Amino acid sequence: MSQRIPMTELTSSFRGRATEALADSQLRTNFRVAMDSLMQKRADAFPDEQERERLRELGNHIKARALSQLPDALEQLEDKLTENGVHVHWAETTEEANRIVHSIIESKQGSQVVKGKSMVSEEMEMNDYLADRGIECLESDMGEYIVQLDGEKPSHIIMPAIHKNRRQVSQLFHNKLGVEETDDVNELIQIGRRTLRKKFLEADVGVSGVNFAIAETGTLLLVENEGNGRMSTTVPPVHVAVTGIEKVVANLRDVVPLLSLLTRSALGQPITTYVNMISGPRKPDELDGPEEVYLVLLDNGRSGAFADAQMRQTLNCIRCGACMNHCPVYTRVGGHTYGEVYPGPIGKIITPHMVGLDHVPDHPSASSLCGACGEVCPVKIPIPELLQRLRQENVKSPDEPPVVKGSGTKHSRKERALWRIWAALNSRPGLYKGLLWAATRFGKLTPGKLGPWTENHTAPIPARRSLHDLAKAHLNAEQNQGGQS
Amino acid sequence: MSERFYDAAPNATRVAPARPAPREYPAKPAEVTLFGTCVVDLFFPEAGLDAIRLLEREGIRVHFPQEQSCCGQPAWTSGYVNEARDVARSQLDVLDNGLPVVVPSGSCAGMFRQHYREVFAEEPETLKRVEDLAGRTFELIEFFLHVCKVEWKDLGQSTQIALHTSCSARREMNTHLHARELLAKLDNVERLEHNHESECCGFGGTFSVRMPEVSGAMVLDKTRALRDSGAVEMVTADGGCLLNINGSLDKQKQTFRGRHLASFLWERISGEGGS
Ligand code: SF4
Repeated sequence: MSQRIPMTELTSSFRGRATEALADSQLRTNFRVAMDSLMQKRADAFPDEQERERLRELGNHIKARALSQLPDALEQLEDKLTENGVHVHWAETTEEANRIVHSIIESKQGSQVVKGKSMVSEEMEMNDYLADRGIECLESDMGEYIVQLDGEKPSHIIMPAIHKNRRQVSQLFHNKLGVEETDDVNELIQIGRRTLRKKFLEADVGVSGVNFAIAETGTLLLVENEGNGRMSTTVPPVHVAVTGIEKVVANLRDVVPLLSLLTRSALGQPITTYVNMISGPRKPDELDGPEEVYLVLLDNGRSGAFADAQMRQTLNCIRCGACMNHCPVYTRVGGHTYGEVYPGPIGKIITPHMVGLDHVPDHPSASSLCGACGEVCPVKIPIPELLQRLRQENVKSPDEPPVVKGSGTKHSRKERALWRIWAALNSRPGLYKGLLWAATRFGKLTPGKLGPWTENHTAPIPARRSLHDLAKAHLNAEQNQGGQS
Repeated sequence: MSERFYDAAPNATRVAPARPAPREYPAKPAEVTLFGTCVVDLFFPEAGLDAIRLLEREGIRVHFPQEQSCCGQPAWTSGYVNEARDVARSQLDVLDNGLPVVVPSGSCAGMFRQHYREVFAEEPETLKRVEDLAGRTFELIEFFLHVCKVEWKDLGQSTQIALHTSCSARREMNTHLHARELLAKLDNVERLEHNHESECCGFGGTFSVRMPEVSGAMVLDKTRALRDSGAVEMVTADGGCLLNINGSLDKQKQTFRGRHLASFLWERISGEGGS
């Protein structure tokens, strides 16, 4: 199995990677076509605008309440799961989570792992961690399998291989699996399936993510469409689930609207093909299911976001991917440009809490704040507002106490000084009018090149007379004519 | 399923609704203040003047306080809160006369109506003034349609146009359908649809400077969609978008151009052929 490309080998900044992505016309077409179809599917899934808005409101309330009771809910979850026979582990960092997973596998003398799709395991870079220790970890979700085969990372949280079209997948299978090339999507899926089926039976451990962890009943809920999640969690003798701490909700009733929001926002489905509810290992009289079940609860910066009332809303996210599907920036540059596990709008607001703002200093500004993400988010995360807040954190003086780790990296005395001057010009009428006077007189002298702006535009030339001038002249003339004033 | 169970969601922080609720409109006032916006002031002053003429034509006396400048948005969206607050405060003072404030740009109107609340979140005394300003701020087209309830006679030749609506008009102000409605009242104007109409043109203030590559790709797609509509020109009620789109068209050496809706409307109903 080829190793994944460490991101450090790619152009290191968002801007650099964006430029590369923009130059790749195939990639741009793949994304545009895919996102247009996903937007349409979501729109079709919510034919009634009022129902949709009420449901979003409800989803927001459920998540806000769950988060307000987070510590208690997590404890309740742990108690219930333990009662059900599930072993619960807590991990503050991804390193710790990996260590826990590894030690579980080791204690079973396991060497083969199959994984259902899980973004948290991506966050942990679990595959690489285990591979370094001689354990093969095979992705069983078709999209994940494709990117794994190509040594890449997912480019979308719901559809990991969305950046590839069927031709590219066919070529990949041909090169890596030695099969004939084919244009038939079903055939491609069958090829993948045949390879994977064998692996399920051989695996020692199955790893999965969790969509919702239900505190009241100690249930792990997992949605998927391919059946691979079901296989990974039931066929191998040991099942290890990994999840972020924010996925806990109070009870089963709370899950119903969230599930509906999730599947409709993600792929426009009323419900997914499989909804797995796992509440413990196989009981003595049961015929299938794993003998042991483990849950690893990962923090990885989430409690940092939790600590701030505004930032806490970031944790509402149910990972539906709708914000990226509707984001004009994501649509242009694709998921790999973000250089982190979570791309798109949600990635821009959650990643800083995970890796520190200093690692992703471009993330908050890589948005035109058009608001499309906030408009579609099923749990009403005010993403533009949070981006705005992160921009503030970004330019904060390093002397101020950080709310987000690594804040203040974009702090520049020079830039702040420029904004001070701007503020002075715009808050003192005399100065502002002086500026207008100069700009309108000497506007024609504006240099043809104005930094990055003129890469895609001609330099704007100020008018010969400002509106201040025109309005004054016009309104005075009205007066002199004995007009209304 | 019933929301009742969740009524008492504790500590649900304030969430800006994706689309603000429809607002109640007052009767047509005798006087208004025009807030020109800094972009119109410097780059499209004739659009501001046309807005004044249109308002006067409705029998409204227009005030243009010479102390006005910028709403503060550039600093705000760049993360410079203090600088934005200084400018915002000066504009609050300038606009303190209690008159309706009419703004020929959705994004600046959105700044007054939505974001000043965040800018002054920690100043309760100022928030009262902010709420007052928010309540009497109107986007220009919204004002004509809902406050003046205009029924204009179209004196122009028949034409086909494409309408570009800014993201702030669409998602902050809920005014994106107003221009459509108003244009539909003009007998000789046909509005042609273009692809991905609801998508951002890529301006986003300093975004277009900080991320010129991505922004450039966005505006290129936008100008292509506008031209592909078959329209003879584009109209928009937003200065920022206009600056972005026209700047890009100029760079591409296209003849197709955008124009501020105020100028387009003045031309149609005055029969004067634009100023
Ligand atoms: S932020 Fe909202 S839209 Fe984006 S993935 Fe999360 S829940 Fe979905």
